[in-house]
Amino acid sequence: MVNLKKDSLIIANKKFYSRLIVGTGKYKSMAECAKAIKLSGAEIVTVAVRRVNISDKKKPLLMDYVDPKKITYLPNTAGCFNSKEALRTLRLAREIGGWKLVKLEVLGDKKNLFPDMIETLKSTEVLAKEGFKVMVYCNDDPLMAKRLENSGADAIMPLAAPIGSGLGIQNKINIQIIRKQTKLPLIIDAGLGQASDATIAMELGCDGVLVNTAIAKAKKPFEMALAFKNAVIAGRQSYKSGRIDKILMGNPSSPSKGII
Amino acid sequence: MKKIKKIKIKINGKIKSITEHCNLSIVLKNLKIPLNKVAIELNEEIIDKKKINKIKLNKNDKIEIVHFIGGG
Repeated sequence: MVNLKKDSLIIANKKFYSRLIVGTGKYKSMAECAKAIKLSGAEIVTVAVRRVNISDKKKPLLMDYVDPKKITYLPNTAGCFNSKEALRTLRLAREIGGWKLVKLEVLGDKKNLFPDMIETLKSTEVLAKEGFKVMVYCNDDPLMAKRLENSGADAIMPLAAPIGSGLGIQNKINIQIIRKQTKLPLIIDAGLGQASDATIAMELGCDGVLVNTAIAKAKKPFEMALAFKNAVIAGRQSYKSGRIDKILMGNPSSPSKGII
Repeated sequence: MKKIKKIKIKINGKIKSITEHCNLSIVLKNLKIPLNKVAIELNEEIIDKKKINKIKLNKNDKIEIVHFIGGG
C-alpha cells in the first residue's frame, strides 16, 4: 500500500499530504464552503481577489470561516482576461498578507473560458522574476506546458475540459505526454464533473487535481467532497501500484491445469 | 472661521465626499476596513499598509480596497 504520509506533494518547496485542491466559489454560504473543504481534506484552497463591499460592512469574510493559518490560500486570477489585470490582481493578493504561492489564470474567451496562452506565458515570466511561486492554469498542450516550465512556472495545471463544464478529461494522451516530459507538479485544473474523473487524472500520473464546481454544485456537496477525497487517494494508489498491461483477448484468472 | 473644503474621491468605484487632504488611514478607519485582511491601491499603485497615515488624499483620487472571497 502507498504510504500516504510519505507520498507527499511538494509545490514550491512546501509539502502537502492532500492531493486535492478545492475552489471556494459557488457555495450557498461560507459555512457550507468551510464544511466541504474540511470533508475534502484539502490543504490548499483557491480564492479570488475582489473589491471589499464598503456599503455592507457586516458581510461575512472568507477568512472568518476558512483560517489561512491552517489552510493554504491560493490566490487566483480568475476573471482576468489579460496579463495586466492578472499581474495587478496577484500583486494585490501578495499585499494582503504576503502570499507568494499563486494561481495564474488568464482567460481568452468569455464563452469557453479557455486560457489565453500568450498572455499566460508573458505573465508567468514576469511573476517568476518578481519572486512569485506560480501555479499556471493552461491548455492541455505539451509544447505550451514546456514553455511555461522554461518561463519559471512552479506547477503546470492543464484543464480537463472547459471550466465548470463537468465534462471530465477530454485529452488523456496530451496529459500523459505532459506527465512524461515534466517533473514539475502536474495538477488537473477545471472541467471535472464527478469523483471518477479525479481518479482518472491521478491514474494518468497527475500529482493532484483542483475541483470547485463539481463539489460546490453537486446536489450533496459534503458527500461529493468526501467522494473526491477518496477518488484522489484511490487514483494515486492505483497509479503507484502499477497497472497490468492491456491485452486484446481474454486471459483466464483460474489455472487451466487440473480442470475436471 | 476657516471653511472646511470637501473633495470627491472614488472608493471601490463609488464616489465619496471627504475633507480635503484627509488622511487615508482615517478614511479606512471610518469604513471599518480590517487592514490585516485587505490590500489597498491608490490610483492603481499598491500602498504599503504601514504608511497609510502618511498619505493625504486629493481630489479625484481612486482607491481600491480588495480582499479574498470564494473563487475557483
